Amino acid sequence: MKRLYYEITESFRIAFAQIRANKMRSALTALGVIIGIVAVTLMGTAIRGIDTGFQNSLNMLGDDILYVQKWPWHNVEDWWNYVGRPPITPDLAGRLNTVIAQTPNSLLDIAVPVAGRGTTAKFGENKVSSVFTIGTNSDYSRILNVDFKEGRLFNDTEDASGRNVCVLGYDIAEALYQGRSPLGEQVFLNGHPFTVVGVLAKQGSFLGLMNFDNQAVVPLEAFRKAFGVRRGSELRVKVRDKNRLQDAMEELTGAMRRVRAQMPGVRDNFSINEQGAIKAQLDPVKQGIAMAGLFITGLSLFVGAIGIMNITFVSVKERTKEIGTRKALGARRRTILLQFLIEAVSICLIGGIVGLALTYGLVLGVGAAFPAFPVEFSISLVFISVMVSIAVGIVSGFAPAWGAARLDPVVALRYE
Amino acid sequence: MTPAPAAIPFNRVTRPPGPLVIDIEGVTKLYKMGSEIIHALRGVSLQIRRNEYLAIMGPSGSGKSTLMNMLGCLDTPTAGRYLFNHKNVAHMEDDELADIRNREIGFVFQTFNLLPRSTALANVELPLVYAGQPHHARRERAMRVLEEVGLGERMYHKPNELSGGQRQRVAIARALVNNPSIILADEPTGNLDSRTGVEIMTLFEQLYEEGNTIIVVTHEEDIARHARRIVRLRDGLIESDAPAT
Repeated sequence: MKRLYYEITESFRIAFAQIRANKMRSALTALGVIIGIVAVTLMGTAIRGIDTGFQNSLNMLGDDILYVQKWPWHNVEDWWNYVGRPPITPDLAGRLNTVIAQTPNSLLDIAVPVAGRGTTAKFGENKVSSVFTIGTNSDYSRILNVDFKEGRLFNDTEDASGRNVCVLGYDIAEALYQGRSPLGEQVFLNGHPFTVVGVLAKQGSFLGLMNFDNQAVVPLEAFRKAFGVRRGSELRVKVRDKNRLQDAMEELTGAMRRVRAQMPGVRDNFSINEQGAIKAQLDPVKQGIAMAGLFITGLSLFVGAIGIMNITFVSVKERTKEIGTRKALGARRRTILLQFLIEAVSICLIGGIVGLALTYGLVLGVGAAFPAFPVEFSISLVFISVMVSIAVGIVSGFAPAWGAARLDPVVALRYE
Repeated sequence: MTPAPAAIPFNRVTRPPGPLVIDIEGVTKLYKMGSEIIHALRGVSLQIRRNEYLAIMGPSGSGKSTLMNMLGCLDTPTAGRYLFNHKNVAHMEDDELADIRNREIGFVFQTFNLLPRSTALANVELPLVYAGQPHHARRERAMRVLEEVGLGERMYHKPNELSGGQRQRVAIARALVNNPSIILADEPTGNLDSRTGVEIMTLFEQLYEEGNTIIVVTHEEDIARHARRIVRLRDGLIESDAPAT
């Protein structure tokens, strides 16, 4: 045991002496590993970043919100079973809330009607197209998971009377008013004038597809006047305990069937959607991208590993006589194997650590230059890359080191 | 190079032989060179006792090198018996032989075979590393042996900062450091000028007188004459085995 320890420390001493003696060669070999580690870890940070961005996007939908809609979020093949469903009308929300109030220990908190439509917002000469305008009631504040940058949501009175007031998303407010406060200003939505009472804080976009900062929120009655609600709306239902989402979904299904007065045995004529469904659909895609990315970048690490193997073969060849001498002095096979393995691992570790430092710098740089670009550095990444470096050293160093360990001392001593 | 005859002290002592260290009987060694089979040793029997100073001589191709490798436990015989300190080493595995070499045999090579990037001290310590000795004990022992061979001043020099004679002294210190049963020197003066060769042979003489068992393999009569017993090989057989005159 003790002997093994001395052999290992001696091997490290030799390895570093060897690296110092062959600086250029070691540096070039390490460069292969550095490039490999940088590629793989950058890919790793990007994958993690995408994952986090994805999760953030999902959280914008709200992990405690159930969506009652005509269509489910997953693809359906039997579309004819859905197309004939009655539309979800805003008045269902009130009736649903009555049922919720009557249910003892209900898992549901509140139902809020939301109607939406793409439109154009104008202020003077400034114009923003494809603004997502939402018509809802003052309960919207209960399901809103973003703060106000300034102002407030419309109140019950404005809601009930259908006053033309609105809350603007961050990006619209910026585009239309360019830094000035829009509070009290008039904005034209679909040609109808609305008074701005609030601006939402920045949220970001959902998977880069749907921009949450590009919405305008108005009272439902005002929405009806400006856009009509023939296209139907949806209900957003907040649950009390997001850990019991499944139970809450079942309760909501029962409540909706009661509100809709559906007979037992009849299929639901509505769908209850939640963010988990999107996650389940997109997860395989995400994993596919991650696998492909890691495989391709892994190839560069593989090239680095070949470099290590090559240099270890050269090192063994060059030092054949030294191996013979060491064997004559009592080095066992294990000793020689360890010596060359440790040399290979040392170069890999140096490459790995330098590569990791470069990645860290790049991530900081990219993060500073493009705040929107999803990259994320983590401790587990450090741990994994160090482990990968060691593994690369062992795997690529093994064949040459094993060859060295098995050398016949007589042949090795005679080698010139 | 032909070194001038080294001065052999007339008043040299011959120590009484001790217990048997090496006992070889009927050892043969075959090599395959392509389709040809070479009989390097054709049945050699040899006994060496502790406190002996032995020279093995022979022209190239006589089997001298093969016998030396065998004695040094670097190689195993094709057939025959080899007892080292009464232990049969003829059929040992690589790692067992490595342990025997580490503890029982001190090698001195013609080309010194020092590790170029290690100091004299680290070179001498190496067998002790393989013996599993702790750092401070290694250092202490290696320093003492280096002082014995007269290199106390140059312990921290690397081989390329030492002369040929000094290098061979480092190699001898390395051979001595683990208190081996025998010191096996292969043409120890072959790469040295005659004056330095004499110095090295004087050192061997001194080590012998201090109680070491020394086997020198050489093709030079002048060097062999330093030993107390000369074994001559020819064509894989022992031609003569007699006390040195």
